[in-house]
Amino acid sequence: MSDLTNLPIAAMRDGLNRKDFSAKELAEAHIRAVEGARTLNAFTVETPERALAAADAADKDFAAGTAKPLSGIPLGIKDLFCTEGVETSASSNILKGFVPQYESTISARLFADGAGMLGKLNLDEFAMGSSTETSACGDTINPWRAADGRNLVPGGSSGGSSTAVAARLVAGATGTDTGGSIRQPAAFTGITGFKPTYGRCSRWGTVAFASSLDQAGPMARDVRDCAILLQSMAGFDAKDSTSLELPVPDFEAALTGDLLGKRVGIPREYAIDNIPADITALWEAGRAMLRDAGAEIVDISLPHTKYALPTYYIIAPAEASSNLARYDGVRYGQRETPDGGNLIDMYEATRSAGFGDEVKRRIMIGTYVLSAGYYDAYYLQAQKVRTLIKRDFEQAFRECDVILTPTAPSAAFPLAEKMDDPVSMYLNDVFCVPASLAGLPAMSVPVGLNADGLPLGLQLIGDALDEEGLFNAGYALERAAGFSAQPEKWW
Amino acid sequence: MSVDADTVRKIAHLARIKLPDERVEPMMNELNNILDWVEQLREVDTADVEPTTAVIANRLRWREDEVTDGNVQEKVLANAPKPLHGFFAVPKVIE
Repeated sequence: MSDLTNLPIAAMRDGLNRKDFSAKELAEAHIRAVEGARTLNAFTVETPERALAAADAADKDFAAGTAKPLSGIPLGIKDLFCTEGVETSASSNILKGFVPQYESTISARLFADGAGMLGKLNLDEFAMGSSTETSACGDTINPWRAADGRNLVPGGSSGGSSTAVAARLVAGATGTDTGGSIRQPAAFTGITGFKPTYGRCSRWGTVAFASSLDQAGPMARDVRDCAILLQSMAGFDAKDSTSLELPVPDFEAALTGDLLGKRVGIPREYAIDNIPADITALWEAGRAMLRDAGAEIVDISLPHTKYALPTYYIIAPAEASSNLARYDGVRYGQRETPDGGNLIDMYEATRSAGFGDEVKRRIMIGTYVLSAGYYDAYYLQAQKVRTLIKRDFEQAFRECDVILTPTAPSAAFPLAEKMDDPVSMYLNDVFCVPASLAGLPAMSVPVGLNADGLPLGLQLIGDALDEEGLFNAGYALERAAGFSAQPEKWW
Repeated sequence: MSVDADTVRKIAHLARIKLPDERVEPMMNELNNILDWVEQLREVDTADVEPTTAVIANRLRWREDEVTDGNVQEKVLANAPKPLHGFFAVPKVIE
């Protein structure tokens, strides 16, 4: 791990501006780190040539004094974002070999601001999972290891992104969050992940999972780096009908660390059974940290919290079953045609061969809850409970400015531990899903280590469109926690 | 509510996923586990509650009815598994 790959983005930006090092040197250091970390399987595709081309352009811009906000910053892009000319498979066999003819809005904005791409990052198939083990591209390994040396999952679905950032392979990465897919992997790997308000980031060109929930966001070393990346990612896009036509605030300018006069809500319903004592202790320590930064701590209630996960596991599969109907073997992706088979046989064989078990399960559940006779009992009821969950937050934000909870109910767990029990895997997102259902911005900040030396994160949830307040609370928490631990390099 | 084997076969067909016979029972059990778990939503009183349609208030925009894209046949077909004479080709559908 060279010094250059260990810098946060803000310091890379300063160093490039001062010409302490060139963008080319920065890109080359990261390319070496990527090549040396293939054991971790963070990448589905490596694109060193793209990183070097962006670095050349950046060095010219620095020489000419025309540098852009992310000139020369080498990033990883979750393989859910379509990248023109670079294979985008969503870690699914059904999209193996798919080479987009267009660029997603999010990656286009980052590249337009000067960032380079080191490659595409592994994820759970179509972002459906919490451990990156449903990927058709193999498991990604968490750079943090258990005390007994066992390999751990990096969380998911953005597990390639979390691993690449934590192992210092990329300066930052894009993630997507449908029910926790940015925040939970960030917590599992000791990094920072930020999910903005639904509609802040365009969904155009991002492979769709559950469209009313999917949001892109940054994953990086620290809060400031997330603010820098989101600045480039966020903004109105006419190509996404749910994109918000609002000015993008200056997120970095919001980072003062002063919480004087702010109220931090502690939702009593998040104190659930079977949470490890060190996570409960961390949550209490987090309260003290924010109090020290000037905030007032207030108890709040979010009464429908326990219904959030089952609500999510009706709505997300329902939307997924509709979104994934497009994989039919006709226009793109893999095709299977049984001998003498007709069109329907081709559809069924293609989808049976191309989708993995978890994706099939979710399509089946989604098809069932939307089918005649069950729609009202399942889907409509879930959408009504979603209204109640959203209402809980609206009432809570009359009493507080930001909400503090744990990010996940455990630290990173060993590979294969939860793959045989879907519902126990789903429980990973118990603290993340409510904010997703309400469309609220939320982030995970690394705050401490557990008894086994593994990172733990706390989640902050902000009111709709208050990314500035949320970023600042995260910054205050980060400063107080002073988390600087890194995984020991073993790969 | 729980699903039986016939319902699982019916859903699989609706979802256009071929489910081999030996997978029907395991899939039935997996689906029933999930359905049993989401069953708890029934206890929530949702009388007079409107279903969520948009989490963040937004207004669909109008735009001019004009062509903004097109003439990209090669790009459209670039990833097709079996393009033929400038079209997507599928198995014969008319006998």
